Amino acid sequence: MKTTFKLLFLFVCLCIVSCSDDESGSSQTDNFDRSAMLENWADHIIIPAFEAFRVKTQNLKVKTSDFNANPSEATLESLRAAYQETYIQFQTVSMFEIGMAETVNFRMRLNTYPTESDVILQKIAANNFNLELPTSFDEQGFPALDFLLNGLAETDAEIIAFYTTDPNAEIYKNYLFALSSTINDLTTEVTYDWTTSFRDTFVNNTSSSSTGAVDRLTNDFVMYYEKYLRSGKIGIPAGAFTGNPVSQNVESYYSAELSKTLYLTALQSVQDFFNGIHFGTTTNGIGFDDYLDYLNTIKNGENLSLLINNNFDATITQAANLNDNLVEQVETNNTEMLQAFDQLQKNVILLKVDMMQALSISVDYVDSDGD
Amino acid sequence: MTFSTYLKQQTEAAPLAVFRILFGLLMCGSIIRFWLNGWIEKLYIQPQFFFSYYGFEWVKPIGDWTYLLFVICGISALLVALGFKYRLSIIVFFLSFTYIELMDKTTYLNHYYFISILSFLMIFLPASAYFSVDAARNRIFSFQKIPQWTIDSIKLLLVIVYFYAGLAKLNSDWLLEAMPLKIWLPSNYDLPIIGNLLQQEWAHYAFSWSGMLYDLTIPFLLLYKPTRTFAFILVVVFHVLTRILFPIGMFPFIMILSALIFFDAGLHHKILAFFSRIFSISKNQFDNGKNLILNPIKRKIVYPILILFFTIQILFPWRYLTYPGELFWTEEGFRFSWRVMLMEKAGYAQFKVVDSKTGDGFYVKNSEFLTPFQEKQMSFQPDFILEYAHFLADYFRRQGHENIEIYVESFVALNGRRSEAYINPEVNLLEYQDSFKSKKFILPFNDQIKGL
Repeated sequence: MKTTFKLLFLFVCLCIVSCSDDESGSSQTDNFDRSAMLENWADHIIIPAFEAFRVKTQNLKVKTSDFNANPSEATLESLRAAYQETYIQFQTVSMFEIGMAETVNFRMRLNTYPTESDVILQKIAANNFNLELPTSFDEQGFPALDFLLNGLAETDAEIIAFYTTDPNAEIYKNYLFALSSTINDLTTEVTYDWTTSFRDTFVNNTSSSSTGAVDRLTNDFVMYYEKYLRSGKIGIPAGAFTGNPVSQNVESYYSAELSKTLYLTALQSVQDFFNGIHFGTTTNGIGFDDYLDYLNTIKNGENLSLLINNNFDATITQAANLNDNLVEQVETNNTEMLQAFDQLQKNVILLKVDMMQALSISVDYVDSDGD
Repeated sequence: MTFSTYLKQQTEAAPLAVFRILFGLLMCGSIIRFWLNGWIEKLYIQPQFFFSYYGFEWVKPIGDWTYLLFVICGISALLVALGFKYRLSIIVFFLSFTYIELMDKTTYLNHYYFISILSFLMIFLPASAYFSVDAARNRIFSFQKIPQWTIDSIKLLLVIVYFYAGLAKLNSDWLLEAMPLKIWLPSNYDLPIIGNLLQQEWAHYAFSWSGMLYDLTIPFLLLYKPTRTFAFILVVVFHVLTRILFPIGMFPFIMILSALIFFDAGLHHKILAFFSRIFSISKNQFDNGKNLILNPIKRKIVYPILILFFTIQILFPWRYLTYPGELFWTEEGFRFSWRVMLMEKAGYAQFKVVDSKTGDGFYVKNSEFLTPFQEKQMSFQPDFILEYAHFLADYFRRQGHENIEIYVESFVALNGRRSEAYINPEVNLLEYQDSFKSKKFILPFNDQIKGL
């Protein structure tokens, strides 16, 4: 009897020790290779996407300098072109708010919209601005750049005048440059972190706990789709949450002919990531679709990856009904916007309910006990 | 042996004393753990809205005073362990703990319910008769022997919990599909040694069936002396395994320690002798051979209460039979029935506020009103959905909206089935008030789960 209890005690202690380190996890491999999926995500999608984006932000900064050195219609056009290319490229990395991107609030600092144009003008007038402040998130990034390049006045000549003849022309230039260079600095910082230390941290973090890389990025991915793609790009401007459409809430409001392209790029990037497609190619690597297919061989349920892809395809098809300029779309025929919202909604359900359940990943930050 | 002679049987008080000490310490530890995890702040201070149990709408967190409530609960648990002013302490513990659990049903767990009713039961048991501060301070309250039924009542409660948990597993999803373990187990892929095993389909079936058999048989293996030690080893292995596989907090430890009550007094005397050595307590002072016999007045109060208590415990889990529809889908009669770790359910609920005059409407951002945890729990439980709909109506009325109707588009996935529409999207939820009646706005479940 006594020895039995001693043995039992020992066993309990062993087990408590073994479950108290369930946060760390080891790199076991089973039938589905999660570390291969993480490698594919890091090496063939996330890092190449950030690299490509970094190059664009570099060019954006150069074009801003060119414009500041010689504000003219030609340099303005070339800066606008750089802005557009960079903003489009941003849509391929925005969903990866993890690691350094999360630390520096990457998405908030690069793409909080609508921008506070009045505050920007006040700060320029006072020659007092600091983009590092959390309160200044809605006075920087692409939306602020959009305002300074496209929203200051009706005509190009009037806009250029702000950078030439205006008494505060130097401050306008400084603000403009601060915007581009902050975008570039932050992107460089995030990219550098991925290519040096974070890549290995990420790929090796195969733990099944809520801090594991698969768990974290899945949560980020689903949240991005629901909050920033569905609500941010379509739902909020369409007034889905208020009943009143507000076209000022469209992404890239001052150059709204870009807005649908931004939406479609984001949508395509999300679908590509879901399928594990290598960045900038058509090579199909390991992604959520493969993970779901593997788990489905165990439970023989619905073909979830197919259903989700069908919804993505249908959403892209529906987008053909939208005007390239979503501001015009909201103002002339908002019903199409609401239909886009409803279409996007279908995959919110499949991703957030069905996929998360299949992967046995719980929705973010819920760490209380179960029974 | 007749029932009245059974009621007169006396036994050693030591098992109940050990139970009281371990229970009190574990509860005190749980309260501290809860606090250290930041859950008081997160679950009871931060949310702006709390989901109430029907009839207990008046029980709400009390701002920063909620911390005081936890302090009271923790201290009373410690006093229970010490056996200091035991009756008062256990009543305070029962009330404060139950109040905490009633504040927001988002946090409902079967094992919290278990602790509530167990502490209620303990109010009526002479758990401080032996090896307690009360007994040491006043010889009049010190007894070595107590009625056998007092210890057996705790055993009976444990038997009910296990056996009903086992009965609940007698359904086709659990036994024939190995669901939800087929979803849960593979996600433990990174466990050493068994990580790979948990990917195998036969392992999912083995875990499902052995879990069911364990729950149904363990109370009897613990009651029957020849199998008792073996059963206790099973208890430890089973609960430790569940602790490793699932995030279930303190529950496994509570069940392991509770199972000690099944052993004969010899073991408990050894445990108490061990405590005595560590804390230099004279154990002899309690071994006075005195018998505690309840006086007739006390008996007249205690017996009917406990008979009623156990009758309710035995009948209450069956109330689901009075509701139409699939229990797992509607959850009408699901709680307070020992349906533990039984299903994987998740949902998504998009509420729409509509002006009935103009027909205009807009969607609600749940994150503006609910924490992620509340939103998660709300999205697949009809009573939450209804209560939240009424909350939204009140909120938007205060915002100046008129002629409000509330609709919800909701989808729920159960045990790996594809998500399906859950609440009738055509129904204005404000037309319904919460009640014990079946909720007509739940759409039917398009599948069948056979069994209990």
